Amino acid sequence: MADEREYLTLSAQHIQRFYGERAVVRDLTLQLRKGEVLGLLGPNGAGKTTTLRMITGNLAPSSGSIEVCGVDLLDEPQKAKAHIGYLPEMPPLYSDMTVNEYLRFAARLHRIEKQWVAQAVEEAKKRCGLADRSRYLIGNLSKGLQQRVGIAQAIIHEPDIIILDEPTVGLDPNQMREMRTLIRDLGESRSVILSTHILSEVESVCDRVQIMHEGRMVLNEMLADFKQKGADLEAEFTRLTQNTLTTTH
Amino acid sequence: MIFTIARKELYMMFCSPLAWLLLTSVQLLFAWFFLGRLDAFLQLQPQLMQIANPPGFTEIIVTPVFALSAVVLLLMVPLLTMRQFAEERKNNTLTLLLSAPVSITEIVLGKFLGLTVFFLGVVSLIVSMFLTLLAGGTLDLGLLISGAFGLFLLICCFVALGLYISSLTIQPVVAAIGMLAVMLGFWMVDLVISDHEGWIYYFSIFKQFELFNNGLVDTYSLVYCALFTAFFLVLTIRRLDGERLHG
Repeated sequence: MADEREYLTLSAQHIQRFYGERAVVRDLTLQLRKGEVLGLLGPNGAGKTTTLRMITGNLAPSSGSIEVCGVDLLDEPQKAKAHIGYLPEMPPLYSDMTVNEYLRFAARLHRIEKQWVAQAVEEAKKRCGLADRSRYLIGNLSKGLQQRVGIAQAIIHEPDIIILDEPTVGLDPNQMREMRTLIRDLGESRSVILSTHILSEVESVCDRVQIMHEGRMVLNEMLADFKQKGADLEAEFTRLTQNTLTTTH
Repeated sequence: MIFTIARKELYMMFCSPLAWLLLTSVQLLFAWFFLGRLDAFLQLQPQLMQIANPPGFTEIIVTPVFALSAVVLLLMVPLLTMRQFAEERKNNTLTLLLSAPVSITEIVLGKFLGLTVFFLGVVSLIVSMFLTLLAGGTLDLGLLISGAFGLFLLICCFVALGLYISSLTIQPVVAAIGMLAVMLGFWMVDLVISDHEGWIYYFSIFKQFELFNNGLVDTYSLVYCALFTAFFLVLTIRRLDGERLHG
């Protein structure tokens, strides 16, 4: 049991979230193992972003518990948040800053010691292919590059868990491929949660897939098992997310 | 961590033309008014010589300039506080701060510190203008310091209030107008007071400043400003925390 707990980098148990009367996330359990890339799938409005916002401490769950690397997120938010790197749907960028300035600020914000900041910034830029853009204003970068700056910000403090909310939206096919390679690289050393509604993306980068629909988890399976069964992700996705629609209405 | 955020705020202000423009235009206005008062003083000087205990430089020049600066700052503070939370929210950058291992208290205090340091610059520019008077006479330094201190406390109150109003909305312009409306409300209170003194006297923020500006460092005024600032900073923190819980 103790082994298993160490193995889990993130564990959200029975979390729920209400906006007023409306339940957006219902009794959701999500576990992330070390070195795993988890694809969080779901149609628009399924509660993916709300779930990710809860896991990153931006939103408090109405009930349930969240543990990050053995630290309770609600009891010790700062300690827990230090393990997480988060790229929200809209990258949180200051367009008046240059790439270097922004990353330096992100590094300091994530409590990296002063003497290590320059090194961390260089490392993050190298990983995200931004080395030659150091002095560019973020506002002048293309969408794809901005997205990379957003990822650089999320990995600068070497977090154990990286959470990416629809990181490939608005990118051209080449940039998408690069982004996937980057995500796969990241997944080798740490855990990644990737939220998306692009099925092929999940198939190409993820180890495990979870499908959300109307705030519930409707599928949780290793992608390898899934493929072994000969099941088709798209067919399954349609079946699961449309089935419940017809039963609830 | 507070310093990291404060530094970022200062950087953001000075990398856009807004801060520079504001500083320049406001300083021009102060200098113009200052020279006007100096002129008045020079014209009055022969008459002042006749009085036994005549008011000096400080009463005739410094005090009115400080009084004017209070009004100008009333218009200037909303322009800088409006961006703080409203713009962060609008650009989705608030998430960066909230997801980082930083408490909301640190975020709010960091922003407060950044802004007060900026306005400390404004106050010291005004004071340095007065210090040029030392070339031709002596200043009542006690009165000067008390006035400058009062102005700074007034700014702290404004900034705390501005941060709170900025945390309420996503539109920077709404934050600025809301802040102005509240400040004008306080001004009205001040106008009422000049007619008749009563309990409302104790609620006027400008009255407290006036006392400082006349050289009276009153504990009531000190406590008033400290409580006013703390109250709105706590409200801001609660507001942002409430967003996490209920938003």
